[in-house]
Amino acid sequence: MEINALMMDPKDNVVTCVTEVPAGQTVVYRKGDELCTITAKEDIPYCHKIALTDILEGGEVIKYGESLGKTSQVIPAGCWVSHKNLFSVPRDYDSEMLSHKS
Amino acid sequence: MQFWGYKRKEGRAGIRNHVLILPTCACGSESCRIVASQVRGAVNIVFNTGCSDVAANTAMSQKVLTGFACNPNVYGVVIIGLGCETVPHTELKKKIQAMTSKPVVSFGIQDEGGTLKTIEKAVRAARDMAAEAAMQQKELCDISELLLGIECGGSDATSGIASNPAVGELSDLLVDMGASTIMSESIEWIGGEHVLAKRAATPEIHDQIIQVCKDYEAHLMANGQDCRAGQPTPGNKAGGLSTLDEKSLGCIRKGGTRPVVEVLGQAERPTKTGAILMDTAGYDISSVTSMVAGGCNAVIFTTGRGTPTGNAIVPVLKVTANARTYQKMEDNMDVDLSAIIAGTKTYQEMGAELVPVILDVCNGKLTKAEAFGFSDIAVDHVCRYV
Repeated sequence: MEINALMMDPKDNVVTCVTEVPAGQTVVYRKGDELCTITAKEDIPYCHKIALTDILEGGEVIKYGESLGKTSQVIPAGCWVSHKNLFSVPRDYDSEMLSHKS
Repeated sequence: MQFWGYKRKEGRAGIRNHVLILPTCACGSESCRIVASQVRGAVNIVFNTGCSDVAANTAMSQKVLTGFACNPNVYGVVIIGLGCETVPHTELKKKIQAMTSKPVVSFGIQDEGGTLKTIEKAVRAARDMAAEAAMQQKELCDISELLLGIECGGSDATSGIASNPAVGELSDLLVDMGASTIMSESIEWIGGEHVLAKRAATPEIHDQIIQVCKDYEAHLMANGQDCRAGQPTPGNKAGGLSTLDEKSLGCIRKGGTRPVVEVLGQAERPTKTGAILMDTAGYDISSVTSMVAGGCNAVIFTTGRGTPTGNAIVPVLKVTANARTYQKMEDNMDVDLSAIIAGTKTYQEMGAELVPVILDVCNGKLTKAEAFGFSDIAVDHVCRYV
């Protein structure tokens, strides 16, 4: 099986496809030493993300082990994650400061 | 690990031994170009400022000019001024001499009586300096003498998932060996600043990282600009980057994972050893300019779409994980990291493979941009590049 997607962190709930993946095709990625697969339910463009688990509306998309933002609709496993169903949450810098927490 | 470099009396070792022909202001730039073209071993800077400026911009110009002169890759400096610029050549010379024991001479075009007379004197001075520089023998230097600038530009979707993580791995390996690295481009921390802040060596550095992003957004807001309005760009979105957070999280990967020991202002020189941040524009030419002024002796540059950029003082090594870009722009690309995208190598493996590549550059191997003699420069100002 040839790898056609990259997982950036084991905590991620998406992987990035490094080829175009038509609906029905198997996405193969490495998670540590293990090879994992998921079937694409939609066409996934080159370098775009596919959901590995069902992500609820208002749920977080995790890549690099970090949140990319929140979803505007349910994204079922195997579906395409893009700017159409994911939005950025503005930063609250003051709350991030350690000096404000103490 | 060691490399063959040029030991300096102050600070880190050089990996090149240039005679720098340095203008005090834009009006001296063309004369500097002609002088450098007459002397093998000399490089010149094209400077776009230095006159009719507010104090903050003058301070930045001076920081960049003195920083260039003090850069370890510079053997000695020939300054060419005009005579009526904000900071005259004699004063710039004094400032540089207070910071370094390198040879420094200066000439003023108005005092000398025009271009030809200035060029003659400056060429003679540069020729003597280049002859002396050529006599300096390389010595074995510890890898701790390396200060690597880390930059990205012309990014695409491969940058954040492949070339940036590989360069981040390189940074970790170098820092573990005792070298130092600088990552800059603070606008591309926004959305990932909380992740970057987790790497802070102290609570103060943690908050400094957050503050840099807060201040930058406030600076743009004060001018009625919202950094999220155009970010990610339509091209970024089409390429698979859905949010500013995703773009930034990919950008900051190039700085690796080691503790951040210092956050520098633009063009400031580090006082610590290890993984360092510098608050610069996201504009790659300006960011490299500031890191070179801060004393980087080498720069590694990740790209997706490809770029020819280079710096007169410091070799810029271009790496891409986009196989098509590497093939189409092999004239400009130094290293092909596309095995990560192909899935045949991990970013960790490719990062480790970059160590001997950087070592070769330190030992004198010319980068593609260096062989072309490229000399890009952009000095930031109080209104700030984005």
